[in-house]
Amino acid sequence: MASDVVEKSGPRAHEAVPTFTVTMIVRRFDPEVDEEPRWVDYDLQMHGTDRVLDALHKIKWEIDGSLAFRRSCAHGVCGSDAMRINGRNRLACKTLLKDLDVSQPIYVEALKGLPLEKDLIVDMEPFFDSFREVQPFLMASTKPKDGKERLQSPEQRARFDDTTKCILCAACTSSCPVFWTDGQYFGPAAIVNAHRFIFDSRDEGSQVRMDILNDQEGVWRCRTTFNCTDACPRGIQVTQAIAEVKQAIMRGKP
Amino acid sequence: MAKTDEGTVIDGVHYHKHDVVIVGAGGAGMRAAIEAGPKASTAVISKLYPTRSHTGAAQGGMAAALANVEEDNWEWHTYDTVKGGDYLVDQDAAEILAKEAIDAIIDLENMGLPFNRTPDGRIDQRRFGGHTREHGKAPVRRACYAADRTGHMILQTLYQNCVKHGINFFNEFYVLDLVMTDVKGKDGKTVSRPAGVVAYELATGDLHVFQGKSIVFATGGFGKIYKTTSNAHTLTGDGVGIVWRKGLPLEDMEFFQFHPTGLAGLGILLSEAARGEGAILRNADGERFMERYAPTIKDLAPRDIVARSMATEIREGRGAGPYKDYVYLDITHLEPAVIDAKLPDITEFARTYLGVEPYTEPVPVLPTAHYAMGGIPTTNNAEVLRNNTETVPGLFAAGECACVSVHGSNRLGTNSLLDINVFGKRAGNNAVAYAKSADWVELPKDPTAGVRKLLDHVRSGDGSERIAVIRRELQEAMDRNAQVFRTDESLREVGDLIKTLRARYRNVQVQDKGKRFNTDLLEAVELGFLLDLAEVVVYSARNRKESRGAHMREDFPKRDDKNLMVHTMAYLAGDAESAVASDHITLDWKPVVVTNYPPTERKY
Repeated sequence: MASDVVEKSGPRAHEAVPTFTVTMIVRRFDPEVDEEPRWVDYDLQMHGTDRVLDALHKIKWEIDGSLAFRRSCAHGVCGSDAMRINGRNRLACKTLLKDLDVSQPIYVEALKGLPLEKDLIVDMEPFFDSFREVQPFLMASTKPKDGKERLQSPEQRARFDDTTKCILCAACTSSCPVFWTDGQYFGPAAIVNAHRFIFDSRDEGSQVRMDILNDQEGVWRCRTTFNCTDACPRGIQVTQAIAEVKQAIMRGKP
Repeated sequence: MAKTDEGTVIDGVHYHKHDVVIVGAGGAGMRAAIEAGPKASTAVISKLYPTRSHTGAAQGGMAAALANVEEDNWEWHTYDTVKGGDYLVDQDAAEILAKEAIDAIIDLENMGLPFNRTPDGRIDQRRFGGHTREHGKAPVRRACYAADRTGHMILQTLYQNCVKHGINFFNEFYVLDLVMTDVKGKDGKTVSRPAGVVAYELATGDLHVFQGKSIVFATGGFGKIYKTTSNAHTLTGDGVGIVWRKGLPLEDMEFFQFHPTGLAGLGILLSEAARGEGAILRNADGERFMERYAPTIKDLAPRDIVARSMATEIREGRGAGPYKDYVYLDITHLEPAVIDAKLPDITEFARTYLGVEPYTEPVPVLPTAHYAMGGIPTTNNAEVLRNNTETVPGLFAAGECACVSVHGSNRLGTNSLLDINVFGKRAGNNAVAYAKSADWVELPKDPTAGVRKLLDHVRSGDGSERIAVIRRELQEAMDRNAQVFRTDESLREVGDLIKTLRARYRNVQVQDKGKRFNTDLLEAVELGFLLDLAEVVVYSARNRKESRGAHMREDFPKRDDKNLMVHTMAYLAGDAESAVASDHITLDWKPVVVTNYPPTERKY
């Protein structure tokens, strides 16, 4: 049986990067068998341009098909494969092995703070519940009369650009120590998505969202540890967005 | 909406009943849901969380002749679409696409989509391949966009509006079968009508039956039949495969688009928007080689022509790199500020995955399998066809899984985000209209029998074959033999391999024996769909003895309008179990609808 089924990355020129052996230690949990999660080691031959996702596929496709994880686009835009890699929340498809210290084992486990389902899969429903609660959609009572687009200047559009990039991967929310201890907290991702609309010049629902987030489980729980900003695979300034929502609430307007 | 509706449980099977059942939660499925949800009881079933769908990976833009930045009109757009598709486009459908594009964009803006703006606050527009003014005179700014994440914004905006309307989603439910019931029509003839779909719930392994009056397939493409592809791991053509297995036809499957600019070796897409903003393709000598192949619009020629030109450069020894096996996409002459504002994501991909800095270095690129022009044949109202003229009442399809055909033999960039919006909306509205007028079709006695058989089938072999090995052999052979250039010989070779892979697939190994999140089992099922669809692609390609659009036959290098300006219609008939394609595939032709544009030589 062929042993090398992981797709090689990069053009051939980039395959000159040497192969190496890396130890992946994955926190496994089969809810039908295990009482508690357990750490399992895998020694893998990998290439210099491979990502953590390639290593997980190598395990699944060559060693143990029962390893469960989510993935889809494999290049950092769908948000399926957020997980804890060496204790930090990252997307497996955006984390190159060569950027980690491969002389040491690489620890991979499911996101913290959301209920563990199996291996690297967590229950995403509580996360999406918080997202839906901030009413993440444009609220506007009228449409332009001429059947055309609403006008918005490039400056108005730029005001909320950063928070439009969110892919709802949950890396930020599940890196937040407040969220770990208080699952009722809306969490950074929901606030980011509220920010996206609060600062959109076309939107009329800012007050509603600010009222929602002025709750005891709202923005005031944020203790600016910046874990969320560090975790965001899209480079969103999450902590700053939360601060801007706090200021808007204090001002009473965006 | 937080908790998924369990349905009524009988003998361990969950039963649900909705007027409209939509399969797939990408752009087309959610656009349909936004129409259907407020008007009829609607369920959307998706193998992924909606925001994971691959619409979100689309980058460059969505075409509409808004004329916000320069003169344009929808008739030019229609012409470009027809010519871009190398005259295999149904011209009445292209006209609908181009005309309704304008409302489709306004709909999205009104829903909240954050488009880039012009200084006076209108939706900004940019150039894209094959989109021209005055029937080919020069490139035109027609693509509405949001940086290079237009698909992301469309997917998010549609999901946001589904949340607003309280759409009922069933996430991580894999639809594996379409349930058809024989019904006596008014004329006394028995016809097979859709009664519902059967889904496998990933979290529990439970089976769910969704009875529906109208069923909408919006399941996306099947790019994973190829190894080098821009497509997500999950794009395994399940929906197209299900329809195929019901004996319904698939149209124009030989036409698969190879996007010119995938990151070399990886297939990750670098948007055509780069060339729309001025990027240049160069060979090893630094030559702007597109000047030779498309003197008028150069790097903004349609994708089939650019991909073929790149492959020709490499074949003739002008490829770059130590193995001369790629070309360069050069944006070093653009201002970093422009790159950051308009192309932020793709430049980050080049940095992250190839370690190349696009500000200062050209990026190695190669064509990557990108988009299926073919699929489930539909009318302009998104009704699925059972043959050249008759529809399947109550069955609809939209988006990449469907073939209207607005793309013909080669889709223009930005016309797919348009397609999902225009025909997704039409599918939703027509599904509601049908559901309001039709009676329920009875479910058969044991509606899950087909899915149980399918799952038993993949679990019952001797387990001697690994899923990943069969899949890799298929994908590598498709890349070698059914990519940009094809011959009878290359297609025969991959056809023969598919035959052996289909036989080996019977012994595929499923190691995970559990019920919860058994992605191993589903990968095995998905591989079955990939094998079926690759077989149809290759069989249809071997049968089309001409070169048109994305289908380049080196042994038949000319377009043959006299005999072959017709759509391929492939049917599963005969022994479905046989590994030999000719035992179970029948091919037929369907006329192309021509309105205003008789075929002429295609030059750019």
